[in-house]
Amino acid sequence: MKTFLAAALLCLSFALPVTARADEDAFSGLTTTQFNVIATSVSQIAQEGGPRALPVLRALSDHKLFAAKEGDGLFIQTDSGWQDARTGAAATPDPEMVRPVRLNNHVRQAVAAAEAQLQLIAGTPAERQAAATLLYQRHDPAMLPAIDAALGKTDDASLKTMLQDARAATLLTPGAPPSDEQTQRQAVATLYAAGGLDARGVLTQATTSEALAPATRKDAQDAVASIDRSLRLWGFGQDAFYGLSLGSVLLLAAMGLAITFGVMGVINMAHGELMMIGAYTTWLTQRAVMSVAPSLGSFSLILAVPAAFLVCGALGILIERGLIRFLYGRPLETLLATWGLSLILQQVIRSLFGPTNVAVITPSWLSGSFHLGGLEITLNRLAIMIFAIAVMGGLMLVLRRTSLGLEMRAVTQNRRMAALMGIHTARVDALTFGLGSGIAGLAGVAVSQIDNVSPNLGQNYIIDSFLVVVFGGVGNLWGTLAAAMTLGVGGKALEPIVGAVSGKILILVLVILYIQRHPRGMFPLRGRGVES
Amino acid sequence: MNASSLSFRGASVTAVIVVALTAVLAIGSLLPASSPIQISPFVITLAGKYLAYAMLALAVDLVWGFAGILTLGHAAFFALGGYAMGMYLVREIGARGVYGNADLPDFMVFLSWKSLPWYWWGSDHLPVALILMLVVPAALAALFGWLAFRSRVSGVYLSIITQALTYALMLAFFQNGFGFGGNNGLTDFKDILGFDLHSPYTRAGMLFLSALILAGALLASRYLVGGRFGRLLIAVRDAESRTRFLGYRPEQVKLLVWVFSAMIAAIGGALYVIQVGIINPGEFAPANSIEAVIWVAVGGRGTLSGAVLGAVLVNLGKTLFTAWLPEMWLYGLGALFMATTLFLPQGLMGLRQRFTPVRPSEVTPEVTDPEGGTA
Amino acid sequence: MSTDTLLDLSHVSVTFDGFRAINDLSLSLMPGEMRAIVGPNGAGKTTMMDIITGKTRPDTGVVRFHDHDLTKLDEPAIARLGIGRKFQKPTVFEALTVRDNLLLSLKGLRSPFALLFARKTNEEADRIENLLRTIRLGSSADDLAGGLSHGQKQWLEIGMLLGQEPDLLLVDEPVAGMTDAETMETADLLREINQTRSVVVVEHDMEFVRALNVKVTVLHEGSVLAEGTLDQVSNDPRVIEVYLGR
Repeated sequence: MKTFLAAALLCLSFALPVTARADEDAFSGLTTTQFNVIATSVSQIAQEGGPRALPVLRALSDHKLFAAKEGDGLFIQTDSGWQDARTGAAATPDPEMVRPVRLNNHVRQAVAAAEAQLQLIAGTPAERQAAATLLYQRHDPAMLPAIDAALGKTDDASLKTMLQDARAATLLTPGAPPSDEQTQRQAVATLYAAGGLDARGVLTQATTSEALAPATRKDAQDAVASIDRSLRLWGFGQDAFYGLSLGSVLLLAAMGLAITFGVMGVINMAHGELMMIGAYTTWLTQRAVMSVAPSLGSFSLILAVPAAFLVCGALGILIERGLIRFLYGRPLETLLATWGLSLILQQVIRSLFGPTNVAVITPSWLSGSFHLGGLEITLNRLAIMIFAIAVMGGLMLVLRRTSLGLEMRAVTQNRRMAALMGIHTARVDALTFGLGSGIAGLAGVAVSQIDNVSPNLGQNYIIDSFLVVVFGGVGNLWGTLAAAMTLGVGGKALEPIVGAVSGKILILVLVILYIQRHPRGMFPLRGRGVES
Repeated sequence: MNASSLSFRGASVTAVIVVALTAVLAIGSLLPASSPIQISPFVITLAGKYLAYAMLALAVDLVWGFAGILTLGHAAFFALGGYAMGMYLVREIGARGVYGNADLPDFMVFLSWKSLPWYWWGSDHLPVALILMLVVPAALAALFGWLAFRSRVSGVYLSIITQALTYALMLAFFQNGFGFGGNNGLTDFKDILGFDLHSPYTRAGMLFLSALILAGALLASRYLVGGRFGRLLIAVRDAESRTRFLGYRPEQVKLLVWVFSAMIAAIGGALYVIQVGIINPGEFAPANSIEAVIWVAVGGRGTLSGAVLGAVLVNLGKTLFTAWLPEMWLYGLGALFMATTLFLPQGLMGLRQRFTPVRPSEVTPEVTDPEGGTA
Repeated sequence: MSTDTLLDLSHVSVTFDGFRAINDLSLSLMPGEMRAIVGPNGAGKTTMMDIITGKTRPDTGVVRFHDHDLTKLDEPAIARLGIGRKFQKPTVFEALTVRDNLLLSLKGLRSPFALLFARKTNEEADRIENLLRTIRLGSSADDLAGGLSHGQKQWLEIGMLLGQEPDLLLVDEPVAGMTDAETMETADLLREINQTRSVVVVEHDMEFVRALNVKVTVLHEGSVLAEGTLDQVSNDPRVIEVYLGR
C-alpha cells in the first residue's frame, strides 16, 4: 500500500514537472539532497514561523530528521518511534524507505540563525539573549525583519540593547536594505558604544562599503581607531592579569624560601620537593574525601590547605632536626646536602605513586571565568592571587604579632644574645624551618590547580624561586613580593614580543645581570645584622 | 705538615696512573674478540666518558676547592665545548646524512633552512672547531665572571646565578630556532679527520688521547695552584678582603682561574662528544652541574687528584647501580650528597688525614672571611 | 695645613643610614710620626681606618696621602701606595704556612698573571728570613698559620704589614687579648717599626699607650675631642667627662 502511494506520488511529480505543486510548502526543500536548497528552506521555515518550525529545525541539527526516499514525506525520529514532521502526529514510515536529511556547514549556520530567529520570539529569556547575541555576531541582512519584529515585542532592556546592536551591525553589512545617512551614522555610534572585536569587524568592513554614505564611512574609520585603542588597553590589562597571576605563583613558591633562606640563611634545595609533596597531599586529600563522602568532593581543596601545611611543616621540622642543624654556618654544604635530600624525596614519591602525572581535580567553583569589562578573569588564577596575598598576610602576622615571630627575629639578629635571654634557639630553628616548609606545602596546593602534579614538579620552581628571593633582597618579604610580581608581569609582557621561551631566557639573563650589578637585590636590608 | 703539598705531588702520580690504566684498556680493546682479556667497546666508551667527566670535576675543583666559588653551572661550559666539537662532527657527516645534503646538517634540512647560519661558518674545519671550543666558553666565563667578581657577588648568591646561567642556556638550546638541533642535539657522527669513529682503533686512540689530555690538565692545574699564584688563590678563598689590603685585586685572581676552569670543562665536553657520540641540551641541566660538584666533594675538594678519583668512582657507581638496581640510584646519589657533607667534608682524600685533628678553618673556609664576601 | 704632612684628613664626614659615624673629622700626620688614637666604643676609630684604606667612601671631605686623594681610590690601589692595615681581629691566611703568608705580603708583584710565572728570588727569601726574625716566628716558619696562637697571629700580621714596606701602618687594637709581657713586647716592636715608618695605633689599653709614649688623639662621636700627650689629654676635663660618664 505504502509502495503504491509512493509510486503514485512519483508519477504525479513526473506528470507535473513544471507547475508548482499544490502541497508544496517551506518544508519541501528539506527533502532534496541539494545543500543550498535545504539552507534556503531552513531560512524560509524561520520566516514563516509556526509551531512546527523549531522542532523540525532541532531535529535537523540533531540528525533526527528523515526524508522519504520518494515523495516529500518528512519524519522525525523520536525515542519511541516516528512522527510526521509537518504535523507532529505519530507516523509509521518504512525505515527502509527514508534517509536522513544531510547537513553541511552552510546548512548548519542557516539552522543556527533560524533557531535564533525563532527563539527570539518563543524561547526562554536566556535563549532569547543567546539568540540575539548570535544574530549580532552573524549580522545577516536577511535577518533584519526578524530583528525588527523581535524589537517590537520585547521590553527586556538588555535584550533590547543586544537587538539594537544586532540591528546596527546588520544595517552596516553589505547587502542590507539601503538606509539614509542619519540612520547609518546612528548605527555606527551604536556599534562604537558596544565595542569589542565583533563591532570592530563590522565597522572595518563598513569603512570600505560602497553602499554607505561617505560620512558614515568616515565615522566608522574613527570608531575603529578608537576601538583599537581601547582593545589595546584591555589587552595590556589582560597581560597584566596573567602576569600578576604568574607572579602570585612565584610569590607562593618563594615565600617559604624567604623564610628558610632569607631569615635563617639556609639554602634548601629540597624546597621545590616540599611543594611537590604539598601537591601530592592535595591529591591524596581529594581521593580520601571522594571515597568517604563523594558529595563533599568539590570542597576537598579547602581541606587540603591545612593538610599540606601540616604535612610539609612536619617534614620540614624533621629535615631541620635530622640534617640541617648539623650544617649551620656552612651554607654551601647545606646546599649540597639538601640537593641530595631532594633527589631522595623525588624517588620516594616516584616509588609510591608512579613517575607519571596524577590527576588533581579542579572543583567546579574554581572552574570557568567571568568578564570584567574587556578582561577575561579565570577563576582559578584569581583564586591563586587571593590565596597568595592571604598567605603573605598570614605570614606577616606570624612574624610581627606572635611570640614565635619575635623569637625568630631575635635568633636571626643575634643568636647568642637570644640564647642568653632564655630563648630555646634550637626549637626556634626547627619551628622556623617548619614554617617555611609548611608554606612550600601551601604553594604546592596552589600549583596543583594549574600545573601537572608529578615527582618532577619541584624542579620547575626551584631556580625561579631562588632568583625571586635574591632579586627582591634576601630577608625582605616586601622585596620578595615586588620581585615575584616584576618577574611575573615582565615575563608575560615579553611573551608576545619574543615568544614564551625566549621571554623566559631574557628574564633570566636580565635578573642575572641585575644581581651582578646589585648583589643585595632590589630592597637590600641594611645594618650589621646582615653583614655575613 | 703542609696539607697542600700532599695533593700536588699526588697530581703527578694520578696523571701517571690515569695514563697507564688507560693504555692497558686501550690495548686490551684491540685484542681479538676471542681473547679472554679482550676489553669490550662498551667499556671503552664508559672509560672515555669517565675521563671527560674527570675533566669537568677538575674544573669544578679548581674554582670550588681553590677559589671558594661553588659553581652550580659548570656543565654549561662542558656542554658548550661539546657543542663546538659536535658542530664539526656533524659537518663531517656531509652527504652521508639521512637527507644526503652535503652542505647542511640533517636537522637544518628538516627545518627547511636554505643555508648555514653565520655562526656555523668554518665549523667544517677541525682547527676552527677547536678554537670555538675554547674561545666561546672562555668568553662567556670571562664576561660572567668579570661582572660577578667586580661587584663582589660571592657565596650562595654566585651559586644561584651560575645555576640560572646554565638553565637559561638549556632553554635556549632546546629551541629549534637557536640552530643547534633543538631537542635532539647533534648526533649520528661518522668520523673525525677521516678516521671512522666506530673503528676500535679510533676509539682506543681517542681514549688514550683523552688520558693524555687529562694528565696534561692535571699538571697544568698543579702548576697553577702549586706556585705563588696558587698561594694567592687560597688566600683569596679564605680571606678575600685581606688580600685587597695587601694590594691584590681578588677579582682578577678569581677571573683568571674561573676562565681557565671553564676551558678545562670545555675540553672535557669536547672529549665527551667524540667518545659518547651525542650532545643534547640535557647536558646543560642544572642537575648535571650539581652532580659534578658531588664528584669533587666525594673525592676531596681542594685536592686535584680527589676530583679525578671522585668523578671516576661516583660514575662507576652510577653505571653499576643503574644496571642492577635502577630505581635505587637516586637514593644512592642523594645519600651520597648527605653523607659526604655530614661525615666526610674533606672527601676520600681527607681520609688520609683522618688521624690528624681537622681544624675548623680548613673545613669551612668560606666563613672565615671576617669582612663578609658580599659587602 | 702644612704641605709636608704625610696623611691629611680634612672635614671628613660619613653617615650610615642616618647615623653620623664620622663628623667633620680633621687630622694630620707628619712623616715618621707615631700617633695613638683612643676613644670610647662608637667614637669612629675603625670607621676612620676604613676611610683611609678605601673600604668606606666618605660623604664629604678630603683624605690626602702624599699627593694622592684617597677618596678616589679603592683598597688595592691605596695599599699599593704604601698604606698597610692590621685588623682588630688578626686576619692571616690560615691554610697557608707562615712563610707563604709573608711571601704574599712582600712588596712587588701584584698582577695575577705575573704571579703565575714568578719564582721566589734569593732576595725575597732573605727578606722573609729577616721578617721571621723580627716577628720572632722563625721556628714556626713552615707551620700553617691557622695553628698559631692568638698572639703569634697578631705578630704574623704585623710581619705581613712590614713585608708590604708601607710608608704608613694602621694598627687596630694590636694588644687585645695579649698577656702583659706580650703587650710590652708589642710596644717595643711598634717603636722599632716607627724608626723607619709612620704608624697610627688605635688602642683601648692605656698602659700600652703610655708605653708607646707618643702624641694621642681622642676621638668622640666621630670628631677630634682632644690632642696632646697622654698626660695632657687624660687631664682634659672633656675627656674625663666622656670616659667617666656625665
